[in-house]
Amino acid sequence: MVERGETSSTGGSDGTQDPFPSAKKITKRPKYSRFTQQELPACKPILTPGWVITALILVGVIFIPIGLASLFASQRVVEIVDRYDEDCIPPSFKDRALGFIQDDNTDKTCIRKLTVPKLMKSPIYVYYQLSNFYQNHRRYVKSRSDKQLRSRKDESKTTNCEPEAFAGDKQPIVPCGLIAWSLFNDTYKFSVTNQPLAVNKRNIAWDSDREHKFGSDVYPKNFQNGRLIGGAKLNSSIPLNEQEDLIVWMRTAALPTFRKLYGRIEVDLEAGKEITVMIQNNYNTYDFGGKKHLVLSTTSWLGGKNDFLGAAYLAVGGICLFLAVAFILVYVLKPRPLGDPSYLSWNRNPLGHLN
Amino acid sequence: MREPSGRTKRKIRWSKLYTFSCFRPPNTDPVPIENRIGRPGFSRVVFCNNPHLHRMKPHKYPTNYVSTTKYNVVTFLPRSLFEQFRRVANLYFLLAAVLSLTSLAPFTPPSLIVPLVFVVGISMLKEAVEDWHRFLQDLEVNSRVVKTHIGDGVFVEKAWQQVSVGDIVKVQKDQYFPGDLLLLSSSYEDGVCYVETMNLDGETNLKAKRCVEATLGLNEDATMNRFEASIYCEDPNPNLYSFMGNLEFENESHPLSTAQVLLRDSKLRNTEYIYGVVIFTGPDTKTVRNSMKSPSKRSRIERKMDRVIYVLFSMLILISLVTSMASAVLVSSQMTSWWYLRLQDKDLFFSPSKPVLSAIMQFIRALVLYGYLIPISLYVSIEVVKVLQAVLINNDIQMFDEATCQSVRARTSNLNEELGQVSIILSDKTGTLTCNQMEFRKCSIAGVSYGGDLNEVDLAASRRMNSDMVAYRSSVDESDAMSQGIEICEFPEDDIGNQMGYVGAPEYLESLNLKNQKISDVHRESSIKGFNFQDDRLMDGQWTRYSNVYHMTMFFKVMALCHTGIPIEDDRADKLKFEAESPEEVAFLIAAQEFGIQFCKRTQSVMVLKELDRDSGSVLEREYKLLNLLEFSSSRKRMSVIVSTQDGQIILLCKGADSIIFERLADDGKSYEEATSSHLLCYAEDGFRALAFAYRTIERAEYEHWDSVFTKAKTTVGPERDELLESASEMIEKDLILLGAAAIEDKLQKGVPECIDKLAQAGLKIWLLTGDKKETAINIGFACSLLRQDMAQFHLSSVKDSGCGNQSEAILAAKKALVSQIESFSQGIQVENKKHMPFALVVDGQALEIALRSDVKDQFLRLAVECSSVICCRVSPKQKALITRLVKEFTGKTTLAIGDGANDVGMIQEADIGVGISGMEGMQAVMASDFSLPQFRFLERLLIVHGHWCYKRISKMILYFIYKNIVFGLTLFYYEFYTSFSGQVLYDDWYMTAFNVLLTSLPVISLGVLEQDVPSDVCHQFPALYQQGQRGICFSWKRIISWIINGAIASLIIFLSTIHALSSAAFSEKGNVADIAHLGTITYTCVIWTVNCQIALVISHFTWIQHLFIWGSILLWYIFLLAYGALPPSYSNTGFHVLTEAIGRAPSFWIITLLVVVASLLPYFVYMALQRTFYPMDDHVIQEMKHCKKDVFDKQMWLREQRNSKRTTQVGFSARVDAKTHHLKEAMQQSGASIYRSFTNSPIYKTLRSSPLFQ
Repeated sequence: MVERGETSSTGGSDGTQDPFPSAKKITKRPKYSRFTQQELPACKPILTPGWVITALILVGVIFIPIGLASLFASQRVVEIVDRYDEDCIPPSFKDRALGFIQDDNTDKTCIRKLTVPKLMKSPIYVYYQLSNFYQNHRRYVKSRSDKQLRSRKDESKTTNCEPEAFAGDKQPIVPCGLIAWSLFNDTYKFSVTNQPLAVNKRNIAWDSDREHKFGSDVYPKNFQNGRLIGGAKLNSSIPLNEQEDLIVWMRTAALPTFRKLYGRIEVDLEAGKEITVMIQNNYNTYDFGGKKHLVLSTTSWLGGKNDFLGAAYLAVGGICLFLAVAFILVYVLKPRPLGDPSYLSWNRNPLGHLN
Repeated sequence: MREPSGRTKRKIRWSKLYTFSCFRPPNTDPVPIENRIGRPGFSRVVFCNNPHLHRMKPHKYPTNYVSTTKYNVVTFLPRSLFEQFRRVANLYFLLAAVLSLTSLAPFTPPSLIVPLVFVVGISMLKEAVEDWHRFLQDLEVNSRVVKTHIGDGVFVEKAWQQVSVGDIVKVQKDQYFPGDLLLLSSSYEDGVCYVETMNLDGETNLKAKRCVEATLGLNEDATMNRFEASIYCEDPNPNLYSFMGNLEFENESHPLSTAQVLLRDSKLRNTEYIYGVVIFTGPDTKTVRNSMKSPSKRSRIERKMDRVIYVLFSMLILISLVTSMASAVLVSSQMTSWWYLRLQDKDLFFSPSKPVLSAIMQFIRALVLYGYLIPISLYVSIEVVKVLQAVLINNDIQMFDEATCQSVRARTSNLNEELGQVSIILSDKTGTLTCNQMEFRKCSIAGVSYGGDLNEVDLAASRRMNSDMVAYRSSVDESDAMSQGIEICEFPEDDIGNQMGYVGAPEYLESLNLKNQKISDVHRESSIKGFNFQDDRLMDGQWTRYSNVYHMTMFFKVMALCHTGIPIEDDRADKLKFEAESPEEVAFLIAAQEFGIQFCKRTQSVMVLKELDRDSGSVLEREYKLLNLLEFSSSRKRMSVIVSTQDGQIILLCKGADSIIFERLADDGKSYEEATSSHLLCYAEDGFRALAFAYRTIERAEYEHWDSVFTKAKTTVGPERDELLESASEMIEKDLILLGAAAIEDKLQKGVPECIDKLAQAGLKIWLLTGDKKETAINIGFACSLLRQDMAQFHLSSVKDSGCGNQSEAILAAKKALVSQIESFSQGIQVENKKHMPFALVVDGQALEIALRSDVKDQFLRLAVECSSVICCRVSPKQKALITRLVKEFTGKTTLAIGDGANDVGMIQEADIGVGISGMEGMQAVMASDFSLPQFRFLERLLIVHGHWCYKRISKMILYFIYKNIVFGLTLFYYEFYTSFSGQVLYDDWYMTAFNVLLTSLPVISLGVLEQDVPSDVCHQFPALYQQGQRGICFSWKRIISWIINGAIASLIIFLSTIHALSSAAFSEKGNVADIAHLGTITYTCVIWTVNCQIALVISHFTWIQHLFIWGSILLWYIFLLAYGALPPSYSNTGFHVLTEAIGRAPSFWIITLLVVVASLLPYFVYMALQRTFYPMDDHVIQEMKHCKKDVFDKQMWLREQRNSKRTTQVGFSARVDAKTHHLKEAMQQSGASIYRSFTNSPIYKTLRSSPLFQ
């Protein structure tokens, strides 16, 4: 036969291109379609040096501005963070913090003074921040009944709520479960130059929670009546969908250090002003070594003060630019012509890289 | 089923009056058959013509329905479920699903049960569909019809499945037997019929079967009316070559043997019709008993994948252990002080008092939790992908055979990727490489070769030389080369006669190319079946004008008289058709007819020829009296007839193997010996089967003396008979006068040499296993270029030590001899290896039997693997299977067996991939095969294109699958570090369910079905790409581990980025902070983006389908999130309004996604860029060549690389051309410049011009 190399491209298909007139034969012959013959038009991108460098530079060029913008946004946020759990223990109880917090008769009031470092535009969000508190512990997360929270008729559905499902006389607890039971109960009162500073505690929870997940006809029942008292008590005359502190608390945090919205201060705070906070330090974090912080923060379009995104964008963008330069150098110093046949395995030393 | 004793009176008599033929093998059975009848193993009773007696007990036998299906309606559910849960991964998921019903599992039950039901359901559906196809095929076989006696001498057509034991059937010519039959009578008077058993044992020669004398008269429909007899015979057994029984007919008993039994799936040939009684039906027949259950095969990749799954399982167990231990430590140390958990209340998982128990409980929960590391949908995706791949293979128009209207069928789809890894092909010969059709091709009469044209190897070699020369000269001096014009270098005609090379300008080459193609066309299409001969010197009676016409006439007379054939009337004109025992004889008869000597009639003792008369030019009818016929046998290797002409002259005409004939020549009969033997060599190299012809005239007195000796020998009874006959024929077959030789081509299937060449270039080794004679096998080896003249051939054959000793001693001696042969060959190889000499090993069946014994086989296989081609002849089906198994086990490489007949079934089932040729009529091989091809040549495309693609696709797909599940599964694990290892899940249950089933399944399927590293034409052009599969580099442990690491890195980047970006500070302008649901959804979004963009980086071939699936999957996630969030909160749980209200409105969500996707893909991207820069793989470079259109702009380079990509092969057409080129160059160097002469003056040029092929 003739040399195969030259003819194989046509030779492979010669007999089959002919249209066969016989109708009988055509029936069994596979129908031609570009799909079945695997000849669909396709783009075949390959990682040529040009593409690699372009892609890297493109990423760098896009990422660095985004990083700068994010970082800028984060820097613009004014944030006051004050840890108060240690300082709010009276000196006489320094070594018996647990005893102090568990004793109902001690005075838990604590005064903190915070200075506004920069102008804080309203709204200023007030958070409490807990550390080493595992709200995401499986036992904790499961211990709730969404059905019960949603409607009154389901108030006895407390399956997952153990051990806070029933009060002593088999009456269902509303809201049941460990999450509700351990509701955070520190309170903050703010004042600036002896003028009380109003904290708006409405609309601090997600709308969907208020409107769909917590019923307007569900009232607290048998709550914190048991032998062990966990956290805050609830006013049993207010329906759950208006108990926003509870709603916020019930959104379990993803990580052991978390902030939860306490309220909003809807006036601007001038720089240098001193805020006096009267804290009712009720919540027991001393048992497990958790910290408590009070946080006042403004927000930017990206949210609170968090440099991570900006830094990460800058880092990735920088790395990409660096790699782009490195690749340019590689291609200049040690170029491999595209499709250079000497890199084919059969042209290389058989002992070489046959990856 | 045992016959009640004493029920029938049996009078058993030896019928010594009738023995079938003198060469019937002696009955070695020491126990007389009558003693066995009725005993265990010989209890079957058949009442001929009374099938109704077999419809009830005690003689109820199975129906003739044959089933090959795996399941039936009842067994399907339990059996297929069992099959599904034999997979360890599925079993694990079943346990997980059961656990999910308890409080142990971290998920809700549906999120585990839905994917499992989905996955198992699809696999079972696939099983059901495949079994349905098997059922349809059975139906086709079972509903073939046969004429069956229904009483009163009336025959009607009945479906095979309705035929029952005891039925009398009439089978027509070329029909298959519906069951095992007892032959009653045939259309021939003496009750003989011819049977082709190719489906059973692959032997192509016809076997004569003969009925017992008593039933000879039953040869008409009407006579069946009163026929009543019973048969007592052996029970059903798988032994094809034995049968024992008695026929009781008209109160006499006749012993039956295999000679009367017609087996199912063999075919009636050369006989108009036969009558037979059905003895065995359906599952009792010997063929069905012989067929093995086809083993379920799994591909290499899949077996490796199992091990990968085990690795993943160990990872799973490891991280589960970490989780449970850490949890236990935390529970017993710190967690007691976490008052908000109230651990003092009983909780098995977190019990400070029983840390060990909680550790165990946590361990079990973790096993379920991290189950996403195990790709649950991997098996089902692979199955879906393979079915789709199989559909594409089946629909490939380029593998559709117009002649048989069949296309390639992937019968089992689970071996697609194995096609890309084949290293050794074991091929049957007849029907696979050849079309089982003999053609008369060349002859050498009185020292002149006719029908000779240039062979393709010579042409290709000279062309190669030419182009080299042109290139050389243009490199030396370009202008000079142009002015040189046409030149030829001609070599002195050596012994072969047509070895030559010429050097010419490219224009000349082009024209030669065209002509060469024309030659090929001529070779392929011959108008007369069995005759493919082109030479004007002999055609149309031209030969009568030559001077040596006497020898020519004798030569043709040998063809026309020395045979066992008979002429058959043909409607067309005055040409006859012939039938004979061997197809070669038919080819000779046809050739003789074409040359003008037609064999037209045969009676018991007279043969009539129509001869072209030299003087008158008219056709004369001459009678030849057939005096004796000395038959062909494999030991004699020759056949002679002694005829007396009309004028009383006695002539002996002899044809046979050249060596045998040459040593029996008379001193004055050797005039053409030298020329003939050189021609014979030439024919042998072209792969033709050549026979030498000779004759002698015998004096009447000498003949009469010899005849008496011969007659005496013939009538001798006893063991010395054969010896006497042998010596008698030696007496007369001597002093022969050589006439010449004729070459027969066992016609190769279309495209076989090219296909073998390509396969060899792709690095595949081809072993030929055939049941045929050694000579035939070697011829075919030459024809398809597996052998060539300059190869060192090793012949392993057992030394027959006929004579002394018992059997075991003989075997021992034979073994010793064989071992020494093997050792000497091995040494030979070591010596020759330095010279890059190719080796061929030819083994015959008997030697093989010894070589495959356990203590010799390693030596044998080591030798065989060293050789570039291996040919095994006289191989039984069992040996074929055994060789296949041993090769598979010894080399550890993937084997592919290809065959067409039932005799190949064993090896087809044994090999890693079995391929059946479906063009032929027999179905056994196809039924047992994994792939069926209409023609051998499609193997090239099946392996080099589809195999390569499927291998790459499946490898990439599995690697990606592992990656994606690791990315997803590990994020769950990392999160545990932040939840004090309590087993809290980061994602919503339904996200988890959707991950494998909905959001990542389609892109990976499109990868598995449509990915192409290079297009199909490039696969053909660069066969060396196939070696990626043979070396298994696409699914090596290095790659698997790399992908696992890639997955771990990506998941780490995803997880760390998201938790840091969403840490304590608010994530939106409204001051909201993220809870578990937000973190989970954002992380999940990043995972979906990452894995789908990763697959976009993996894919190198994007059609709209890939685009749709990949980008669609990402879009689908957002749609899913919207839809899920819109459900009432009792269904959507934490997903309620999550996108619309919370994260979708926060710019940080989108910014995080962008960051994470880019950051997590960056390591892979950089790695790939580096790899492509410094260590590009072959497909990368070829992609680049295509990309830069180097095939268009730099054609020279493209062609050169194409040539380089071919592995230097030692078998195949290219290898022959290489060898020839080498040979020619050497010759050229020796003869120096003197051989240059003007091309146009060359006599060869003139011959070329005048040759009819070049007109």
